[in-house]
Amino acid sequence: MLILSDKMKKRKIIEFSIEKLLLASSLISILTTGGIIIVLTIEGVAFFKEVSVIDFLTDTEWTPLFTQKHFGILPLLSGTILTSFIAIAVALPIGLSIAVFLSEYSSVRFRELIKPVLELLAAVPTVIYGFFALIVVTPFLQKLIPGMSSFNSLSAGLVMGIMIIPYVSSLSQDALLAVPSSLREASYGMGATRLQTSVKVMIPAASSGIIVSVILAISRAVGETMIVAIAAGQQPRLTLNPLVPVETITAYIVQVSLGDVPHGSLEYRTIFAAGITLFVFTLILNNISYWFKRKYQEKYE
Amino acid sequence: MISAEKEILPILNQQELYTVEPTHLHVASSDIVETIDVNVFYGDFHALKDVNLAIKKNSVTALIGPSGCGKTTFLRLLNRMNDYIPSHMVRGKVLINGVDIYRDKIEIEQLRKEVGMVFQKPNPFPKSIFENVAYGLRIQGIKDKHLIHERVINAIQQVGLWNEVKDNLRKNALALSGGQQQRVCIARTLAVEPDIILMDEPTSALDPISTSRIEELILQLKQKYTIIIVTHNMQQASRISDTTAFFYLGELIEVGKTTDIFTNPRNERTERYITGRFG
Repeated sequence: MLILSDKMKKRKIIEFSIEKLLLASSLISILTTGGIIIVLTIEGVAFFKEVSVIDFLTDTEWTPLFTQKHFGILPLLSGTILTSFIAIAVALPIGLSIAVFLSEYSSVRFRELIKPVLELLAAVPTVIYGFFALIVVTPFLQKLIPGMSSFNSLSAGLVMGIMIIPYVSSLSQDALLAVPSSLREASYGMGATRLQTSVKVMIPAASSGIIVSVILAISRAVGETMIVAIAAGQQPRLTLNPLVPVETITAYIVQVSLGDVPHGSLEYRTIFAAGITLFVFTLILNNISYWFKRKYQEKYE
Repeated sequence: MISAEKEILPILNQQELYTVEPTHLHVASSDIVETIDVNVFYGDFHALKDVNLAIKKNSVTALIGPSGCGKTTFLRLLNRMNDYIPSHMVRGKVLINGVDIYRDKIEIEQLRKEVGMVFQKPNPFPKSIFENVAYGLRIQGIKDKHLIHERVINAIQQVGLWNEVKDNLRKNALALSGGQQQRVCIARTLAVEPDIILMDEPTSALDPISTSRIEELILQLKQKYTIIIVTHNMQQASRISDTTAFFYLGELIEVGKTTDIFTNPRNERTERYITGRFG
């Protein structure tokens, strides 16, 4: 009975090959990430041989394509932070309100109905958002704010904020629903209203999950390219003024990649320097959110 | 503190809420809770059938009976905690201090300040011990720091937790033991000075020592509050309650003095249940 029959041998081979196939699929994602890091490092090292790290981090001008070259990342970084900040300033209050409404007020039926509609916001191609920001939102804002430039971080940030609402609302809602309902009952039992229960008990109890959702949304906004490339302009500028053109790290990478910069030149390598900055930025954000997530899972298990 | 003036406030419409002083309803009898022909349905399920029960002030009433027989439903009927179940429906009268809490226009939040609740599993908020006990006062909009401080400390002393936690009132309540957490939850209820305290198997998740502390506490609290407790522990019911009500399949089978119920039950089903022959 213990001797393998042909049928069982065949099954064993299939089992074995499927296992290896699954392993290979998971390795692909690791190899890709590894490959990206290697390329970024090699090209980045080549870049930093010619430009000092201190100049890169402290120079307040970014003009690698001009004759008078400056390689300060700060203007691109400020453009990225400014647009992302505006985006999260829109997405956090709206997204959190939606999450609280869906988890604490609405019926299960309505919640099930609205969820796919909300997630559609994140599914709209970003080029449409960018176009929408440029030809609808900016002209509208220009009527309210005279002297606003046609390319600006305000309009790009606002539209990007709408795009990342589902990131905040969906994950925050999950965090709120993960809070034991015994806490909700305790609060109602004390005579608290729904609003008091939401604000004083549910949101604080879900805070780490909500923070994770916000960090992931920021991380998404930092990496977003199309909207800012179309609507925020392509002028690296160290400013916090949301009404003037700026350039984000991602928009710069697009600009140079599409241009006619010769392969292997210093100008070409700036893409990788900018890429490293972006990569490190989002890596830090993801690590913070990972740390929070672990902390928050421990709390309720 | 219990006071005759502090009654549930019936409201005629929203505007009068802010202008009308609390109506002073004086109930002739000493029955603080009275249900008249109460029926409760969850969709098609008939959870309580024609329940008539009167509960005296400053007494401990134990609700006993097998699981799923309507004890908890009855308990939650009294502070309208079943309202959140969508298919839930109530027929009959539930009078608290003479006010029909399902028919008269009452403010549910106010009702729950008068009828506090302690749950089966300790459920302190993930906040400090102090903030847990102060919660009810804060949501009432009380800003007076001295008053809050006084009431919180008073409540913690009442539940006999003061010596254990006086040095770390800022500690997260979740770091306490199960028994201590449950006493924080009781203190949280006491701090808003309700008339009635509903307890849904408050010791079922606790060890014997914590259980006996809570039982002693219930006997003390009787001086000031009316307590209604669901329990599956027959010894507990006989130790702490004045009145025992036996529920079976949604009906109130028998109610009477605890000593009578346990020594001389009138109904055969009650006898079989308390002697452990079914349930």
